[in-house]
Amino acid sequence: MTDLTKLTISAALDGMAAGDFSARELTAAHITAMEAANVLNAFITKTPEIAVEAATASDSRRAKGETRKIDGIPLAIKDLFCTKDVLTTAASHILDGFVPKYESTVSSNLWASGAVMLGKTNLDEFAMGSSNETSYYGEVINPWRREGSDSPLVPGGSSGGSASAVASFSAMAAIGTDTGGSIRQPASFTGIVGMKPTYGRCSRWGVVAFASSLDQAGPMTRTVRDAAIMLEAMAGFDPKDSTSVDMPVPDFEAALSGDIRGLKVGIPAEYRLDGMSPEVQALWDQGIDWMKAAGAEIIDISLPHTKYALPAYYIIAPAEASSNLARYDGVRFGLRVEGDDLDDMYARTRAEGFGAEVQRRLLIGTYALSAGYYDAYYLKAQKVRSRIADDFKQAYQKVDVILTPTAPSPAFGFGEKGDDPLAMYLNDVFTGPASLAGLPGISVPAGLSSDGLPLGLQLLGKPFDEETVFRAAGVLENAAAFTATPNDWWRG
Amino acid sequence: MGMIVQGATGDWEVVIGLEIHAQVTSKAKLFSGASAEFGAVPNSQVSFVDAAMPGMLPVINEMAVEQAVRTGLGLNAQINKFSVFDRKNYFYADLPQGYQISQFLQPIVGEGKITIDLKGGESCEIGITRLHLEQDAGKSQHDQHPSKTFVDLNRSGVALMEIVSEPDMRSPEEAAAYVKKIRSIVRYLGTCDGNMEEGSMRADVNVSVRKPGDELGTRCEMKNINSLRFIQQAIIYEANRQVDIIEAGGTVAQETRLYDPVKGETRSMRSKEEAHDYRYFPDPDLLPLQFDDEFIENIRATLPELPDDKKARFVNELGLSDYDAGVLVTEREVADYFEAVATGRDAKLAANWVIGELFGNLNRTGKNLADSPVSANALGELIDLITDGTISNRIAKEVFEEMFDSGGAAADIVEEKGLKQVSDTGAIEAAIDAVIAANPDKVEEYRGGKDKLFGFFMGQVMKATQGKANPGVVTEILKPKLDV
Repeated sequence: MTDLTKLTISAALDGMAAGDFSARELTAAHITAMEAANVLNAFITKTPEIAVEAATASDSRRAKGETRKIDGIPLAIKDLFCTKDVLTTAASHILDGFVPKYESTVSSNLWASGAVMLGKTNLDEFAMGSSNETSYYGEVINPWRREGSDSPLVPGGSSGGSASAVASFSAMAAIGTDTGGSIRQPASFTGIVGMKPTYGRCSRWGVVAFASSLDQAGPMTRTVRDAAIMLEAMAGFDPKDSTSVDMPVPDFEAALSGDIRGLKVGIPAEYRLDGMSPEVQALWDQGIDWMKAAGAEIIDISLPHTKYALPAYYIIAPAEASSNLARYDGVRFGLRVEGDDLDDMYARTRAEGFGAEVQRRLLIGTYALSAGYYDAYYLKAQKVRSRIADDFKQAYQKVDVILTPTAPSPAFGFGEKGDDPLAMYLNDVFTGPASLAGLPGISVPAGLSSDGLPLGLQLLGKPFDEETVFRAAGVLENAAAFTATPNDWWRG
Repeated sequence: MGMIVQGATGDWEVVIGLEIHAQVTSKAKLFSGASAEFGAVPNSQVSFVDAAMPGMLPVINEMAVEQAVRTGLGLNAQINKFSVFDRKNYFYADLPQGYQISQFLQPIVGEGKITIDLKGGESCEIGITRLHLEQDAGKSQHDQHPSKTFVDLNRSGVALMEIVSEPDMRSPEEAAAYVKKIRSIVRYLGTCDGNMEEGSMRADVNVSVRKPGDELGTRCEMKNINSLRFIQQAIIYEANRQVDIIEAGGTVAQETRLYDPVKGETRSMRSKEEAHDYRYFPDPDLLPLQFDDEFIENIRATLPELPDDKKARFVNELGLSDYDAGVLVTEREVADYFEAVATGRDAKLAANWVIGELFGNLNRTGKNLADSPVSANALGELIDLITDGTISNRIAKEVFEEMFDSGGAAADIVEEKGLKQVSDTGAIEAAIDAVIAANPDKVEEYRGGKDKLFGFFMGQVMKATQGKANPGVVTEILKPKLDV
């Protein structure tokens, strides 16, 4: 029998439909893989019992001919999504023991489509980070290692646990959230596909908030087709989220025509950074050639305000976070450290409950919103944000999609950037601008670095035009023919 | 009409502005579906949103938006078709989100004005700066346990309208009249029940003093006062305190103060330096609030007649005095009651009965109009008996007392007690003849020119008929008999 964990979602659905194996068998194989990959620390909470129960229910639906869209597909859920009666931590000490009495809309949608939950994946604390080094529950390890090296590498972040789970074949797919690159960058670091849809496409209800105007859920999969299948199951208007958009969800899988003849692909001059890794540059050039060869028209474009995107992002996101995280005060749930009075209790609880990176961002955000600084920081950053959105709007007059690298480098080692937050923040340089503009973007594994690490290319699209993004990504995926997988050293 | 504080250095003028927090009449809270009803068991009306559980998001309650627009129209104010919800950030145990969703730079209602009624029939205009929607916080209870504070989140998220006035008031009486007028308007509109005791209406009072004609002085804000009496007491205390400080060579510090009704004084809560930096910014969980003219016009079309218009109509069309009309329109229920009594009857007579006898008896017994034993219909029937001559005005008062005590109908009481007015000329003439016969001296004096004695004869006749004789008929017969 084939290793069921190596299947794509579409192949697994076909296999179950053909009666080759059951949802229970598929789930059991993944539970085994998940347990075998403990060393990666991809999961904060594993839920094998829930998974088996859901898989059994899936099999009986299938037997009755009531099969749903992704019936029986075992998934990993980033531990930022609230899951009813299952511990939800945001990888933070401050949410100790928090078990929600409600289920996030996105995960509800997945269960309604028949999916099976394997567990809750690790992440940077409150999704603040690009390396998964800030989790209270410990670092997540990338299944990939440099050729000939045993040193562990980061999986990227903040959806590092989800990326690691998918890349290690512990889950068929995972869901993540992307605020400035938190789906796309770890996808690039682990050789998988990561899709951030347009802001408003997926409901934020029940997702622990980091930066409300930027947070967006999306799928992490091993193929573009799987990402299309997943997004269709996740997305949709939700009256409980005022920022979700009331638009029909297209059949994303049907968009994968494989034909991009005449498609206009923009190449932004400003994304050619000084000192960018030559490998990344070379891969990008290779991507351009692939698109051209497939019949696309390559057009040079300018996104002139790109260099202001990161500074603006690192004002806006912390500012919103400083307010969003005020509810973690020790009063109603999670950690409480007693103090002499109310203020002292707040101070002790938050000092102990939040890690260093979260505290850093809360301080930055609080400062940026303070009286006398608001205009200079927050308001200015919002103005930059509109300019960046305008840049894209202009560009999309001329092109249909934009092709860029996903991240400036392949996965790096632990502690390599730990002392320098600015170096860490640079990871978002290619993903942040589209987040600020609310645009859809996907990272597709496109090649390996000289030391054998995966590198992704990013395609950005027009608002709510995920279909074109998927179509272009499908062609890129075919051309790149990325089949490398990490050797499974973690199985010991 | 302004209040003057007579200081050692001369007269000081008092300048007052108010921020009224009015709870929106709505079944649900501003951003959640939980019930907004008063008085429920603590923490029984709290949704996941109100408790600020992780991942919860606010969704605007359209009813609350309609109520804010309705109130804005009632305040003759500009309605802003585009407004923005902001977060006002501060930490407190009864503020679960760590911020209050409010409106800061772009409120739903802009400038307006209302007319307030003062003693002696005077009135003046008070400017409205703005009205905005915001969430209420929960309630901290410090008296339930020796060392712990309990938090009740039932109020958390309840919709409030904050109505901000211009600093247009110059005396405690004007401030009270302003609050009364706002309460009257919101109650007419059905947008707030105006109940100050239950806290559904409360005021922050800003007070400063200056020499007449000078620039505005430094103000102090007294938070959360929930009675008209306390508002006035706080203003008087605060104005005198500020004058004393300035005249002693000091300066008034801008600060938030607390009015203590037990001690009758204000004291400092926090200084300007200690003031929170609320770090307002637009709430990214909510889209700007936008609606069109049609939305506004649909609401305008359902506005009731408001107190000022009603008063003008009572004066111009029903011939009431300014004072009577003013008294009758303050509460919509009273105005409705009066109109029910007055319809098809003499409006002035109806007004006299409502303001005189009805209010008198309600006050005496401590009852509200809603609990009045005498319905508008019943009072109308009583007035009909006066108008058609069945009973005299004096007897009617007696009948009314009986109606008020027993709840009986006027006609039944008149019948039962034999109070019907006698208009039978034969019976009256007999009584007159008897009175004339019994008082030959007085008749002589009257005929000798002592006209004033006519009243004596009237009184004797009424006494002889136990007050039931129709006074008109008595006069008609008595006069020619005496004047012979």
